[in-house]
Amino acid sequence: MNTRLPHGSIPILSSEKIDVRYVAKLARIALTDDEVERFGTQLADLLTHVDALAQLDIASVSATAQVIESRNVLRDDLPRPGLDRDVVLAQAPASQGGFFRVPRIIAVKGEAS
Amino acid sequence: MSDLLRGTAVQVAAAVNARQASALEVTEAMLAHVEGVEPGVGAYLTRLDESARSHAARVDRRVRSGESLPLAGVPVAVKDNMCLDGTRTTAASKILAGWVSPYTATAVQRIIDAGGIPIGKSNLDEFAMGSSCENSALGITHNPYDPTRVPGGSSGGSAAAVAAHEATIGLGSDTGGSIREPAAFCNLVGFKPTYGRISRYGLIAFASSLDQIGPLTRTVADAALAYEVMAGYDPMDSTSVQRDVETTGKPLPGDLTGVRVGIVREFDLAKLGAEAASLYQRAYGDLQKLGADLVEVALPTAEYGLATYYLIAPAECSSNLSRFDGIRYGLRVEGDDVTQTYEQTRAAGFGPEVKRRILIGTHALSSGYYDAYYVRAQKARTLIARDFAKAFEACDLIACPAASTPAFEFHAKSDPYSMYLMDYYTIPMSLAGLPALSVPCGWITPAGGTVPMPMGLQLTGPLFAERALLGAAHVYEQATRHAGAHAPQIGGAR
Amino acid sequence: MSGTTGAAAAGYEAVIGIECHVELKTQTKMFCGCLNEFGGEPNTKVCPVCLGLPGALPVPNLRAIEHMIRSGLAFEAAIPAFSKFDRKNYFYPDMPKDYQISQYDMPLTQGGVVRYWLEDGTIKECRLVRIHLEEDTGKSTHAGSGDGRIAGSAYSLVDFNRAGVPLMECVSEPDIRSAEEAVAFLEALKRTFVQLGVSDVKMEEGSLRCDANVSIRPIGAHELGTKTEIKNMNSFRSVQRAIDSEIARQVALVTSGGRVIQETRGWDEVHATTHSMRSKEEAHDYRYFPDPDLPPLEVSENTVGWLRVELPESVIRRFTRYTGEYGLNVQQATQLIDNPSLAEYFDACVALSENPAQSVNFVLGDLSRLANETGVAIYASPVVPKHVAELIALLDGKTINSKIAKDLLERMWSGGGSPKAIVEREGLAQTSDPGAVAKFVDQVLAANGDAVAQYRAGKTNVLGFLVGQVMKASGGKADPALVQTMMTQRLA
Repeated sequence: MNTRLPHGSIPILSSEKIDVRYVAKLARIALTDDEVERFGTQLADLLTHVDALAQLDIASVSATAQVIESRNVLRDDLPRPGLDRDVVLAQAPASQGGFFRVPRIIAVKGEAS
Repeated sequence: MSDLLRGTAVQVAAAVNARQASALEVTEAMLAHVEGVEPGVGAYLTRLDESARSHAARVDRRVRSGESLPLAGVPVAVKDNMCLDGTRTTAASKILAGWVSPYTATAVQRIIDAGGIPIGKSNLDEFAMGSSCENSALGITHNPYDPTRVPGGSSGGSAAAVAAHEATIGLGSDTGGSIREPAAFCNLVGFKPTYGRISRYGLIAFASSLDQIGPLTRTVADAALAYEVMAGYDPMDSTSVQRDVETTGKPLPGDLTGVRVGIVREFDLAKLGAEAASLYQRAYGDLQKLGADLVEVALPTAEYGLATYYLIAPAECSSNLSRFDGIRYGLRVEGDDVTQTYEQTRAAGFGPEVKRRILIGTHALSSGYYDAYYVRAQKARTLIARDFAKAFEACDLIACPAASTPAFEFHAKSDPYSMYLMDYYTIPMSLAGLPALSVPCGWITPAGGTVPMPMGLQLTGPLFAERALLGAAHVYEQATRHAGAHAPQIGGAR
Repeated sequence: MSGTTGAAAAGYEAVIGIECHVELKTQTKMFCGCLNEFGGEPNTKVCPVCLGLPGALPVPNLRAIEHMIRSGLAFEAAIPAFSKFDRKNYFYPDMPKDYQISQYDMPLTQGGVVRYWLEDGTIKECRLVRIHLEEDTGKSTHAGSGDGRIAGSAYSLVDFNRAGVPLMECVSEPDIRSAEEAVAFLEALKRTFVQLGVSDVKMEEGSLRCDANVSIRPIGAHELGTKTEIKNMNSFRSVQRAIDSEIARQVALVTSGGRVIQETRGWDEVHATTHSMRSKEEAHDYRYFPDPDLPPLEVSENTVGWLRVELPESVIRRFTRYTGEYGLNVQQATQLIDNPSLAEYFDACVALSENPAQSVNFVLGDLSRLANETGVAIYASPVVPKHVAELIALLDGKTINSKIAKDLLERMWSGGGSPKAIVEREGLAQTSDPGAVAKFVDQVLAANGDAVAQYRAGKTNVLGFLVGQVMKASGGKADPALVQTMMTQRLA
C-alpha cells in the first residue's frame, strides 16, 4: 500500500505557532518570560519533526487508542478495604478536621478550564 | 557469599531454597556491597536496608517451613516509579520528593510474594521521561562500566544497580525503550513484555497506553524468571491481559533451527558507523549460524514512530500528571488562591523535560489541534502496528539494534530532539505493544572513550510471543557470551 | 403570575432543556471498591484509586453500567453496541486526578424520550439527547466567608468520600416550555430511577442535581433564542421558581429593548433571582481523549434483550393504565406511582378483585390511614391483597355494608385474617331479609314517637336519625339501603 500522499495535498500541522502561554495556563504551570521563549522555540522545533506525519495517508485508517483489543474488563460491585484517613492526611500538604485544606477557590466548577 | 552476589537470580534462589545460604545472609552481604559501591554508582534514591532485612527474615521462615520460592532471597532494585507501601516513592521528581506510598504496586507485591527482597528504590529520569537518567531531579547515576557515562534511561538506576551487582534483578518500566536502552548501555538483558502482560497498578503512569513493567537482569533465564513471577491478569488493572502466561516448564531451546529472523530493510546500519554496523552484522550472522533463517522484512512506517510517539506519550502524560497539583500529597507552593497554587507548585515541582512534554501534550489535545495531532498520531500508530503484523507473517522474530550508540557521556545530548533519537529503534515496538528485549551483543570503544562499552541486540516478537522471544535470546546469549567479556569498573571486582 | 404566563402575555414562549446529574445506587464507587454511601466522617471512604494517588488505576463497576442501560431502555433510548470512557481534563481541588472520567462521543445510551404528565393529567414528551456515565467529584466546603459560599472564602475544605461515585448525566432536548413542565419532567425521571432502583434521587442529599438551559422566543418562531444556563437549584421547588424568574427576567430584558447574553447564572434562593456567574477564566478546553486506562465497552444485543425483558412496566404506562383503564383520577394515580410498593399492592388487589375503584379507596383510604396510625407499611401488615379482594367481594355481594367493612379492616389489620372467616364466625353478614329488617324498623318507630311526629310535620331530616337507630338496633348489620326504603314507606 502506498502510504504517501502526493506532495501539496497535506493538511498543515505546525504552521500555526504553538501558543505556549495558553497551553501553560491550561496545564497550570507558571512560566517565566524566559521559559516561554525557550519552550516556545523547543516545542516549535519538535513540532516540525512531528510534521512528518502529514506525509501518511491516514484518511481511511482507524485510530488506535489501545493496542491490545480487549473489551468489558469490569469488576463486580463488591467493596474492598480502603485507606485509613490518618495515613491519607499524613501526606496532605495541609489538612483540618479530617478534611484536606486548600487555598481559596476563585473559579466556579465547570467554568474554569 | 560474594559468589552469590555475582550469581544469577536462578542460582541465588536455588541456594536459598536448598538452605545452603539464608536470605538474610544474602541480604546482609548485598547491603554491605551496596554500602561500598553506591557512592560511585548512585543507583538508588532510597535504600531499604531495614525492610530488606525483615523481608529476608520472612523468606527464611517460609523456606524453613518447607516452601520453595521462585525468587527466594533474590535482591531486587525497584525503579522509583513503582509504589511500595510505607516507602518514599518519588518518580525522581521534586513534586513527589517526600511522598510515602500507602500501597504496593501489584508487580512489586508479586516479586515480594515470590521471595524477592527489595534492596532500594532506584533512580530514573523524572517520571520516566528520558534516556539517560540525567532528567532525575534527585540524583545522578553513573554507568558502572564507565562512570563518566550515563547508565541510560529511564530505568538507569535499576540498570546500574544490576550491572554493579547492587541487585540481582532490576525492575524497570518501558514506555518507548526505557528498559531496553539502559540494558544495552549496562551490559544487561532488558525485557519489555507485551503491553498488558504485567499489571501497571502502582506504577506511576507516564503514558498509560505504552507503559509496561519488565526486568533488567544479567541473564535471559533470570529475565524469564522475573517475568513469569510478575506476569498475569490483575483485577486492579483493566488493561492487564486475561491470558495464560507460558511458564518455564520446559527448558529454553538449544538452537534456533527453523526460526525465521526478520531483518528490517528500512533500518540502515551504516547510519550507526562502521564499527557498530559490523558488530550488528556479526550478530545477525551468529543468529544464522545458530540455525536461524534470515529474511528481509519491511517496516515502511517505522520511521514515523518517533513523531507518533512524541505526540501520543506527551498527550497521555499531560493528563496523567495533572494530579500532581499540591492538594492531596506531594509538594505545595502556596499561592494567593488555588489556581496560583497549582501553577507555582507545578512550576517548582516539575523539571524542564517534564514541563516540555506536558506542554506539547496539552497542545496536541487542545481544541483545534486534536485531530491534526492526536488523532493523526493514533492513526499512524495503527499503520505501524499493521506493518509489524505483516512482517510477522514472514518471520518469527525481528532483530535490530537496541540503541543507536553505546552509552554516552553526561551532558552529551543538549537539545531534546537528539535525546529523543536515542529511542529510534525501540519506539516502534512500544507503539505496537510488542514484546521486545535487549541482549548483550558485543563491545565498542566509543570515540574519545577509554574503555569498551557494551552494545545490545534487540529482538522483537509478535504479541504474546514472550516464550519464543526469551528462548531465542537465551540461545544467542549462551552461544555468544558477550556479557562476560569485560567487568564493570565499579561493583565488579571479585 | 408565573414566568410562562407573563411570557405568553408579552407574546413570548420559553424553550427549556434540562441537564441533570443522578448518582447511581451501587454498593461501591464507579472505579474502586470504596463504599458509595451518603454522609459519614470526611475522607473515610477513600482508597488510592478515588484519591487519585500516583499509580492507581480505575476498574469499572459492572452494576453501574447495567443501571445505565436499564435507565436508557426505560426511556426507549438506543443502546449502541460500542461505547467508551474519555477523560475530561480540567483542574479543580475536589477532583482527585484533575481529570474526570466521563463519556464524550460514545455514551452508553443515545436518544430516548421521557413521557410525563402535568397536574391536569395532560401527557407531555421531552426527547433525550443522551445519558452518559461519569464519576462524581468530592465535596468542597468554603470557609472563612461567614456564609459558606465560595465568594470571599479564605480557604476550602475538601472531602473525597463522594469522589468516584457513579454519576449519570441526562441531557434533554429543549422540548420543555414552562417551569411547571420542567418540574413534571424531573418528577418523571425521578419516578423511573426510583422504580428501577438505579438511584435514590434525593435532591437534598445531592443525588440529583440539575441545571436548566432557558431561552425565550416570540410565539410561533422556530429559531432558538440565546440561552442562559441556570445552576444551584437544589429542590424541585427551586427549579420551578428559578426558571420562572429567569423567563420573567429574559422577557423583561427583551421587551425593554435589551438582549440576552449567553452565560451561566446562579439561582439565589434567598433573593429569588438568578445572578450572573461569569468569571474571567478562559474558554473551556477540556481536551477530551479516550481514557487509555479503560478498555471500551461492548454491549451485545443479547445483554440488551435480557435487560429489556426484565424491565418493570414503565411509569407512564402505569399512569395511563390507572387513569385510563382503571378510571383513577390524576392525584390517585400519582400517589400510587410515587409509592411503588403501594402501587404493587394496589395492582395485586385489582388483579384479585377486578374492582379498581374499591381497591383504590381501601388502599389510599383506610389502609393508608391505618398504616399512618400504626407506623406499619401496608405491604408489611397482616392484611394481604387476597383479603382485601375478599372484603371487596363481600361488599359487592352486599354480604356486608361499608360500615362493617371498615370495622373488619381494623380487625384484619390487627391480625384478624380472612374477612370472610370473621364474618362467618361472628355472624356479621348484612341482614337483607325484609322480615328481619321490618322488625327493627317497627321497633324503632314505636320507641321514637316524637321523631315520627316531627317527620310527619315536615322535618324530614329526622329520617337520618331514625335510620341510624335501626342500624344501631341491628348491630350495624341491617342493609342500610333497605332500612332507608322501608322507613320512608312506613312514614309516608
